[in-house]
Amino acid sequence: MSLSLEQSPTTGDEVITNYTINFGPQHPAAHGVLRMVMELDGEIVERVDPHVGLLHRGTEKLIEHKTYLQALPYFDRLDYCSPLAMEHSYVLAVEKLLNIEVPLRAQYLRVLFAELTRICNHMLNLGSHVMDVGAMTPNLWLFEIREDCLNFFERASGARMHAAWFRPGGVHQDVPLKLLTDIADWLDTRLPQLFDDAMSLVVDNRIFKQRNVDIAIVSRDDAIAWGFSGPMIRGSGIPWDLRKSQPYDVYDRMDFEVPVGTRGDCYDRFMVRVEEVRQSARIMKQCLAEMPKGPVSSTDRKVVPPKRGEMKQSMEALIHHFKLYTEGFHVPAGEVYVATESPKGEFGVYLVSDGTNKPYRCKIRPTAFSHLQAMDFMTKGHMLPDVTAIIGAIDVVFGECDR
Amino acid sequence: MTVLHSAPRYSPFDGVLETLTAALGADVVSAIEQHGEIVIHIVRERIVDVLRALRDTHEYQQLMDIAGADYPSRPERFEVVYCLLSLTKNHRLIVKVSTDEATPVPTVTGLWPNASWYEREVYDLYGVLFAGHPDLRRILTDYGFQGHPFRKDFPLTGYVELRYSEEDKRVVYEKVELAQDLRQFDFMSPWEGAHYVLPGDEKAEGNKA
Repeated sequence: MSLSLEQSPTTGDEVITNYTINFGPQHPAAHGVLRMVMELDGEIVERVDPHVGLLHRGTEKLIEHKTYLQALPYFDRLDYCSPLAMEHSYVLAVEKLLNIEVPLRAQYLRVLFAELTRICNHMLNLGSHVMDVGAMTPNLWLFEIREDCLNFFERASGARMHAAWFRPGGVHQDVPLKLLTDIADWLDTRLPQLFDDAMSLVVDNRIFKQRNVDIAIVSRDDAIAWGFSGPMIRGSGIPWDLRKSQPYDVYDRMDFEVPVGTRGDCYDRFMVRVEEVRQSARIMKQCLAEMPKGPVSSTDRKVVPPKRGEMKQSMEALIHHFKLYTEGFHVPAGEVYVATESPKGEFGVYLVSDGTNKPYRCKIRPTAFSHLQAMDFMTKGHMLPDVTAIIGAIDVVFGECDR
Repeated sequence: MTVLHSAPRYSPFDGVLETLTAALGADVVSAIEQHGEIVIHIVRERIVDVLRALRDTHEYQQLMDIAGADYPSRPERFEVVYCLLSLTKNHRLIVKVSTDEATPVPTVTGLWPNASWYEREVYDLYGVLFAGHPDLRRILTDYGFQGHPFRKDFPLTGYVELRYSEEDKRVVYEKVELAQDLRQFDFMSPWEGAHYVLPGDEKAEGNKA
């Protein structure tokens, strides 16, 4: 048998037509069940059509059939990487309709744990973004920090992820003092050490920069037009942070900086998140230093159920407990749109109440929807491997995108 | 009313409602300020012009969300709710139009590119049509899904369920079969009680009457 030389298929004058490939829905870099139909010209992306909805569970419809308190745990399951940040928008929306006062300690606790959630979320996102462009080690190191965060959630609420700890009127239970001191120690020692170690591998890494700098540049005007929020809009150089501009709970007492990018590329978005982790640690330290003593949920017994001990002594507490866990509380009719700065961007809840014990309509504004929609315009003209870097920098989680 | 809650605090509403209603004139059906939100109801046909005016002259640069809502008792049962955000004035606004199953709402994809998916979502879940939308496909529900699941008359359990069939070696759709009835507890008034239909009770009721 004689050897015949292999002919390269592209050396001739033949014209290569565009071809279409399916990215996902089972792709490790798709961060969940994202299916993208991509039209490629060689290795250049010409058009992207993201198909979402593969994780649609009808959360909003389910919420319409639950009381306000029963609806709360659904929010943990939206963005399962930052569960408490999801609850935050919902409890604030309910409180806004009820116009109920939340005790100061509860507000501090919420801010403390919302920022812990932010660190927890960014650990996952930074790690997986780095892994999507080829580095394994930082992800494993960052997961060590994430594990610490989840342990703190467990010690506060009993659940590692689906905490259901923020409640309309405050938080469910007070935290033990030892937990607060442990968080303070962790912020001073483990977090900076582990985080700086992991980041020292990445931020000045030549390969990482080659894969991220100048990828998917979004100008300021585009970022506004496409409805960007969170690190995506800040990466484009607009200092817009709802914690600063529309403060909720005790964010107006916190002293922190809002990092912004200069070029609006994937590297800037990554670095904005890196700095946000440090700023979150700063906010948490202030919370721990300033947190007053006192009740952790409103004493309005028509909204917040009494504690077990009280029920043993008081008939009235028993009745309130029974009524609140069967009928639930009634919320005045009206509609509000409340948005908070979740780790991924603006997470909003449009809540319509008809005056009964169940929400009439609860529209959840996912952060990923407007970001993912811009995939087509961000990836156009980039190479196929850049797509994973762009998705990583969007920080998309499908529990929240598809609801 | 004094503000007791700790929800996001943005710029105060002083005079905004009056300014906007005066500027929009006859396009406004109603405008109220309630629970710290300004809600403006607009004539359906004029929504594009109104939103363009709000974006360009009143500095509401970002469209954050479009929500659908279903009120079956109204003559025009659907509401399409646009949530706007002003980055410069640090302000939020809710603008809405109403429509029914057949009448399309003009699309705003020409004003904000991200309106496309939001409108697809409202179409998918409520069946509201958007005139001029370049790509009005379903977005959240399954490929080949029928019906509009977020309408109030669509049952919570849906109509079909999906399983992998070992015989056919593929995924099959079947009519929903519930092992036990879906229980909707009605706790509206525990003392008077909800009106549960108990078999046999109608005889006793009949004797009374």
